[in-house]
Amino acid sequence: MDKTVADPATAVAGIDDGMTVMIGGFGGAGSPIELIHALIDRYRATGHPTGLTVVNNNAGNGHVGLAALIEAGMVRKLICSFPRSADPVVFTDLYLAGKIELELVPQGTLAERIRAGGAGIPAFYTPTSYGTDLAEGKPVAEFEGRPYVQERWLKADVALVKAEQADPHGNLTYRAAARNFGPLMCMAAANTIVQARQVVAAGAIDPETVVTPGIFVQTVVEVSDPHQEEVLNRADAAYPLEA
Amino acid sequence: MTAKLTNNQIAWRAAQDIPDRAYVNLGIGFPEKVAQYQPPGREVIFHTENGILNFGESPAPGQEDWDVINAGKKAVTLKPGSAFFHHADSFAMVRGGHLDVAILGAYEVAETGDLANWSTGPKGVPAVGGAMDLVHGAKRVAVITDHVTRDGKPKLVQRCSLPLTGVACVTRIYTSLAVIDIEGGRFVLRERLPSLSLDELQALTGAELLVPGPIADLIVPEL
Repeated sequence: MDKTVADPATAVAGIDDGMTVMIGGFGGAGSPIELIHALIDRYRATGHPTGLTVVNNNAGNGHVGLAALIEAGMVRKLICSFPRSADPVVFTDLYLAGKIELELVPQGTLAERIRAGGAGIPAFYTPTSYGTDLAEGKPVAEFEGRPYVQERWLKADVALVKAEQADPHGNLTYRAAARNFGPLMCMAAANTIVQARQVVAAGAIDPETVVTPGIFVQTVVEVSDPHQEEVLNRADAAYPLEA
Repeated sequence: MTAKLTNNQIAWRAAQDIPDRAYVNLGIGFPEKVAQYQPPGREVIFHTENGILNFGESPAPGQEDWDVINAGKKAVTLKPGSAFFHHADSFAMVRGGHLDVAILGAYEVAETGDLANWSTGPKGVPAVGGAMDLVHGAKRVAVITDHVTRDGKPKLVQRCSLPLTGVACVTRIYTSLAVIDIEGGRFVLRERLPSLSLDELQALTGAELLVPGPIADLIVPEL
């Protein structure tokens, strides 16, 4: 099975207005910058997609990657745990102006909601957020004498994920702590689009080391020298990047 | 002005209580200092919720690998025997009770063990990160904090006035003046700076301190 496509633009061509898009990464580690930038390019050329709901741990940093997607005006709502960063000005200004919606979710709950979405579990109970503002309106139940908050699964139309190696079947490995939300988001999206630093032949990844099995991946594109958000921000880069 | 411990000294005191072979999560910011004061001879493995077990110090400038970062998004290094994992596994370690100790900062701690450390109110952009997960994460959840706010108000209170991070979750507090346990919904004094009288300490504390007998001196080296 060959799920590879030629370039990021082709990979993101099917993302429509109003979709929910999970974007991997914790800060810059694991951020699929080239896929995000390809999506921005399409929006600049065609006016689409727009009105997106984005799921990410953060709300972008500086003026590249997720921050640039938000800055372009393509995001209606953000579901995240920590919308602050070294330079959160893009999200902060829009949020304080009432121009972008925020659903704040504790980080572990966000991860488990995504996992549940991918695993076909519509709801689960967690001790996290019990008795806090973030549990308002959610059912509470006691188990073994302790209170737990019901949380619901989170699913997406599309996931954009950065991997280290991929084979044409979509079997993936990740690099270091860039793994973070990647394996979960791959499971939870109807259409998972992966940018991998290296696409290798089927059989070249030892099955023992596959982290995400290919069944969770629909599209693979090789981006052999990916940008790193932290490096771009330290150079004060803004999208579109200068050549 | 009463003498008080510096942040480094508070971190040192908290580090003394981390047992050998413990798995530990340190909150971002001030709690990260605790790692510097690990008593020699103890093996402690640090967890960072973005997906690393057994990370070490920051690399030298220019040597950063931005895929090897901690929850504060600072570059760290790996020790022999480290592991990477995805976020659901990471928070399974947290919520599943697999960590031995979590050490967190605080805006306020109530005598009930309630903690407020994520939001100073409705202004600005709310951000919670892993704070609400971590308070349910460890067998022991300790707080390190100045005993009072910058303008001298108690941070140890009867009931938190700020938005809660978790209910009845804190077990021990290391402050700039004292070491205090939370037991049965009360502050129980364990150690205090010898330069400070009990009355002075009580006056700086927003709820009653139980004094279960002679109180040990809080003695910390100059750091």
